[in-house]
Amino acid sequence: MDKLTTVEGRAYPFGMKNVDTDIVIPAHWLKTISRTGLGKGAFEVLRKEPGNVFDDPAYAGSPILIAGDNFGCGSSREHAAWALADLGIKVVIAPSFSDIFSGNAFKNGILTVVLPQAAVDRLMEVARTDPIHVDLDAQSVTTPFQDRFSFEIDPFRKHCLLGGLDEIGLTLGEADVIDRYEATQAQERPWIVPASAAAVA
Amino acid sequence: MVNPRTLYEKIWDAHVVERRPDGTCLIYIDRHLVHEVTSPQAFEGLRLAGRKVRRPDLTLAVPDHNLPTTPRRDAAGNRIPIADPQSAEQLVALERNAPEFGVRLIGDADREQGIVHVVGPEQGFTLPGTTLVCGDSHTSSHGALGALAFGIGTSEVEHVLATQTLLLKQSKTMEVVVEGELAPGVTPKDVALAICGAIGTAGGTGHVMEYRGSVFRDMSIEGRLTVANMSIEAGARSGLFAPDEKTFAYLKGRPMAPKGADWDAAVAYWRTLHSDEGAVFDKSVVIDAADIVPTVTWGTSPEDVVPITGAVPDPMSFADPSKQAAARKSLDYMGLTAGQRMQDVAIEHIFIGSCTNSRIEDLRAAAALLQGRHVAPGIKHAMVVPGSGLVKAQAEEEGLDRIFLDAGFEWREPGCSACLGMNPDKVPAGERCASTSNRNFMGRQGPGSRTHLVSPAMAAAAAITGRLTDVRELLVTKEGMVA
Repeated sequence: MDKLTTVEGRAYPFGMKNVDTDIVIPAHWLKTISRTGLGKGAFEVLRKEPGNVFDDPAYAGSPILIAGDNFGCGSSREHAAWALADLGIKVVIAPSFSDIFSGNAFKNGILTVVLPQAAVDRLMEVARTDPIHVDLDAQSVTTPFQDRFSFEIDPFRKHCLLGGLDEIGLTLGEADVIDRYEATQAQERPWIVPASAAAVA
Repeated sequence: MVNPRTLYEKIWDAHVVERRPDGTCLIYIDRHLVHEVTSPQAFEGLRLAGRKVRRPDLTLAVPDHNLPTTPRRDAAGNRIPIADPQSAEQLVALERNAPEFGVRLIGDADREQGIVHVVGPEQGFTLPGTTLVCGDSHTSSHGALGALAFGIGTSEVEHVLATQTLLLKQSKTMEVVVEGELAPGVTPKDVALAICGAIGTAGGTGHVMEYRGSVFRDMSIEGRLTVANMSIEAGARSGLFAPDEKTFAYLKGRPMAPKGADWDAAVAYWRTLHSDEGAVFDKSVVIDAADIVPTVTWGTSPEDVVPITGAVPDPMSFADPSKQAAARKSLDYMGLTAGQRMQDVAIEHIFIGSCTNSRIEDLRAAAALLQGRHVAPGIKHAMVVPGSGLVKAQAEEEGLDRIFLDAGFEWREPGCSACLGMNPDKVPAGERCASTSNRNFMGRQGPGSRTHLVSPAMAAAAAITGRLTDVRELLVTKEGMVA
């Protein structure tokens, strides 16, 4: 997973409240075999509306999404996080998020920033014309106009995002304890390796 | 002196790689079954991160969910194209991913192919005392052999592929005790449905079940697979049977089971795998075997069960207002009215198959009733989908295929099929199916489909009469005995 330290760039001034994961990525995209390429299906229904922010060239490729209350509610599909990641989004800023979505976003290297509604409103305003700067280490969001908003984050998640550590990466970091377990198991329960696999090996 | 432990606690303790301060444990996974639907993104994740499968030798890939149950190869041995391009793509992805990551694949045209939960035990891949996972909720099936087995999501599939471990919190324990003797015509499926009815679909949530008592001790391994399979329908991610002589006899000589001195060592260890005298369960449910009769579902949840001799319940008979509302919705969906006798419900489709009931004993039970009989005129479609190619071959050796075909059934290739209708095997909207599968959810067997869960014998009985039928009536006429 890529490290996430600072993110600077334009932001989609989206602002919609109660965006469920069906809006982020409709169900018919779930039969895919890939977690990349889902950006094409991201916000598919909204993108049928003229003047939507996602098809506005001014915001093309923005790494930040600003949304309303309760972003990512509904189905637990991990595809929602995959779709945003595929769209190039690294940070989502909103007054609140669904727990499941935050977890899925984190697993996929996306930072969710919770800020008060007034701060989100101000960032929406700035985003229409200027870039926004997110600093994870300092836990702040700043603008070229001296705005500075601080946010809270779980220390473990911060540590993982800063280091580019996904859960698998973290577990792999403990490979030595897994090695030790396997060595003990090979002594105590050598029969655990399937017979035909052992024959091949 | 070690405190008395349950079977679950013994298996758990033997698999703790590391315990975290908050109680979360890194748990070692001994067996990983992979199928084509929940694995593509996991393999892709490995590829994108440049990771490999840590223990390909503990991993087995088998396609099952999407496969058509019609012939897969033409006379020249070429694949007959799969109509749904996305199903085809998922199958091809598995065929590409398995060799790329060094994982053994039992392919769609191999004799051993079948539903992962049938193949695992059959190959001796599933062993007592192991931890076994698969990206499928019916992984609980493997608990029949004393494996701690449970379903996982795609991110966890990737985690297991890369690390052979999972981060888990220990579950609570629940014993389900059924003592006594099952009456003739009452099968393991009826026991499983009775448990769902008794404790509800959330009854086992957060718990690992252990099946105890004389009924389960006397039950065959295949019967135990049926019961363990439906643990998840009662809310439990896993359901365990303590391994015994039957388990060892079932496993001995299977291709992937231990051999020689390894076998002896394994059996010696497996004999220690039972809940100790005095071990405490967090929850206990006791059911009298004499209270279990041939059972059917009337609604759209596996807990919506009623004896075949009973009637569709009145939604107002439920105390909980939300259950009343759910029951009204179910009856509307199912096209049934309160008070209607279950035996008056006409059936149009019969499905004998799924990871719940597609093994040789299931097929024998259905065939025993169908021999010399024919499906009723009202039956539009009846089919048998064996759980694996080996089950199919065994059934053909015993002549069961002829019995089914002569009775008017179709005899298909193995796979998940109409249990969940991901392949072309669907029940049309508004039509009714007596099904040996595990879920009667709205739309499960196809949009608008109406499912009644039953045992294989009850499915055969419904095929013969064209309506839901008490199998014991047919046993009387066929064997000249009163059940």
